[in-house]
Amino acid sequence: MQRILLALLMLFVVSGSSRTTLAQQPTAKQIEAGAALYRKVGCFQCHVNEGQGGANGPRLGPNPIPLPRFIQYVRKPAGDMPPYSAKVLSERELGDIYAFLQTRKAPPPVNTIPQLAP
Amino acid sequence: MTQAAEATPPADVQVLADNERCGSDYMVDVIKSLGFEYVCANPGSSFRGLHESVINYGGNTAPELITCCHEESSVAMAHAYFKAEGKPLAVMAHGTVGLQHAAMAIYNAWCDRVPVYVLLGNHLDASERRAAEWYHGVQDAAAMVRDYVKWDDTPHSLAHFGESAVRAYKIAMTPPMAPVVITLDGGLQEHPVSRDHRLAVPRLTLASPPQGDSAAVDELARMLVAAESPLLVADRLARTPNGVTLLVELAEALQAGVIDQGSRMNFPSRHPLNQTQRGAAAVGDADVIVGLEVSDFWSTVNGLRDQLHRSTRRVARPTAKLITVTTGDLYIRSNYQDFRRMQEVDLAIAADGEATLPSLIEAVKRLTTGDRTRVFQERGARLTEASRAAAERARVAASYAWEASPVSTARLCAELWTQIKNEDWSLVSSYYSPDVGGWARRLWDFSRPYQWLGHAGGGGIGYGAPASVGGALANKKHGRLSVAIQTDGDLMYAPGVLWTAAHHTIPLLSVMHNNRGYHMEAMHVQRMCSARDRGIDRGYLGSELSSPNIDYARLAQSMGVYAEGPIENPNDLAPALRRALAVVKKGEPALVDVVTQVR
Repeated sequence: MQRILLALLMLFVVSGSSRTTLAQQPTAKQIEAGAALYRKVGCFQCHVNEGQGGANGPRLGPNPIPLPRFIQYVRKPAGDMPPYSAKVLSERELGDIYAFLQTRKAPPPVNTIPQLAP
Repeated sequence: MTQAAEATPPADVQVLADNERCGSDYMVDVIKSLGFEYVCANPGSSFRGLHESVINYGGNTAPELITCCHEESSVAMAHAYFKAEGKPLAVMAHGTVGLQHAAMAIYNAWCDRVPVYVLLGNHLDASERRAAEWYHGVQDAAAMVRDYVKWDDTPHSLAHFGESAVRAYKIAMTPPMAPVVITLDGGLQEHPVSRDHRLAVPRLTLASPPQGDSAAVDELARMLVAAESPLLVADRLARTPNGVTLLVELAEALQAGVIDQGSRMNFPSRHPLNQTQRGAAAVGDADVIVGLEVSDFWSTVNGLRDQLHRSTRRVARPTAKLITVTTGDLYIRSNYQDFRRMQEVDLAIAADGEATLPSLIEAVKRLTTGDRTRVFQERGARLTEASRAAAERARVAASYAWEASPVSTARLCAELWTQIKNEDWSLVSSYYSPDVGGWARRLWDFSRPYQWLGHAGGGGIGYGAPASVGGALANKKHGRLSVAIQTDGDLMYAPGVLWTAAHHTIPLLSVMHNNRGYHMEAMHVQRMCSARDRGIDRGYLGSELSSPNIDYARLAQSMGVYAEGPIENPNDLAPALRRALAVVKKGEPALVDVVTQVR
């Protein structure tokens, strides 16, 4: 967690960008690690392969909730989601998963998809 | 046996004399009188007499014998057939091993309150049993399923059979409906009887289902008309197509929201008063909630949090008035717990929901004043906007991961819908997972009663594949296009039903939702891993169906079913569906294997 916050702070100072904007620029290594973790620890079972959500869990990407809230929820979920302690998923690993979710592809405008015409 | 002996007929060769008939011929007379179109069976010697009478004496028509590769398939086919056709199928099975195979499917039908008519072969007379008839013989054949059938009998004479067979049909078809079992003694089937022994076929008169007490119905109508936000929740309500019509009439008379919990096709999916896609919000908003044949009313108005320490909370307003109309109050058994948790209610009407709707509608209309009509119209406008917004959210949600591989389940459903929406279609698959995260019900326009056949009832996996074939069998004579979204784990229980579909030329398009695992179970194990803080990364063990991946197209092809796949690129899906549909429209089954995301 300290590592992530430090990185965010440094980027904020350097670029003057907002924290949200900075959080959308994860490294390829983070994304790759996050993708593997997302599957390994079973996030995909409820939130589906691309984090798009489904009947058992809400959409997580490509615009996830702020990272601190994300971490807080994973540690102490309010609903049926099983809790993930720091013992099984470190904050660095959560940051990698967050990076994976941030970089999920935004869908095309729904009205451009003929199969989804009302 | 020597060659000489083989060539010499034994002195005691026995064939029926001209003035004799066999008992099972009379059984076929009775079965025909009940209007069975098909009888599903995996062959077994304990009912060989009836088997022969069905195909020869009965001409293998009404009922026509459907060859099944597993008794669980026979019963699941009958289960879904009833929901598509409104008539039961007969099933023949051995009294011991056949019934043991059939048991889970009978339990599903029981939980779903669906009539299945089971005929068991058995040899009661120990002095006449062949070797195999000992381990296929049993003192009390139906005992093992008696907790989850509505009635059973073991007739001791043909006259007794006639009465019990007709009685069983009547009991099965009287709400609350449920499976029944008739045990057929081998001797009763096979022993000759004189043609002079005239055996009448008892006349069937179905019982009218019970309507709600008129005073209670009036009280319910008053509560609904006075309510600011009434909600109608329907589960196993629509027994017949008229059930859908009546629920629409009631909802429109009140401009009340409706949640269709989906055990039957109760309400059109795109009706503006349909609030199913915002069910939790609709329950939370309601001041009067009416459960119409709801199997689990407690979970409709409460929630249970599945954590290490389970907790519950009320979802409905604390002040909301709760009413139930259900035959569940008329009939309950002890051992199996499918009756669910007891919910305190303000009014309980022990009656058939569909049969009670006409008087309820009449009372609501009688009590509705001009002032209330204006309130209803304003409410209807709000609900229409809410359902429109929910539908739009569903479309947008479906667009995520649109180009992803494996194929998203939303994309699978949208592609299939595009291919069938201008046809007279019927979605014959139905279960928790084959519901594919609800995408079909969120995106498709369900308006006709046979377009949705509900769930397995008891949650017994393995229902989906045979149920799809059974539903397609019912749809065949109507010329409907039957489609199934078939999960991989479900198909692997008894894939032989694909052969049954090919052998009997049952047109059915099965689209595999092949996520290569039992993912719902994986989630449960992961939940335990988390609760015990031991790491989740091994949670998939025991729940995956990979290494090696199963080639469902080749599996289907081996049984004479046209098949393609595995398809991993979503852009390959539409052409494959079109090719498969061309086969189905010629009257044959086809399967398209699609490698999908988990849900």
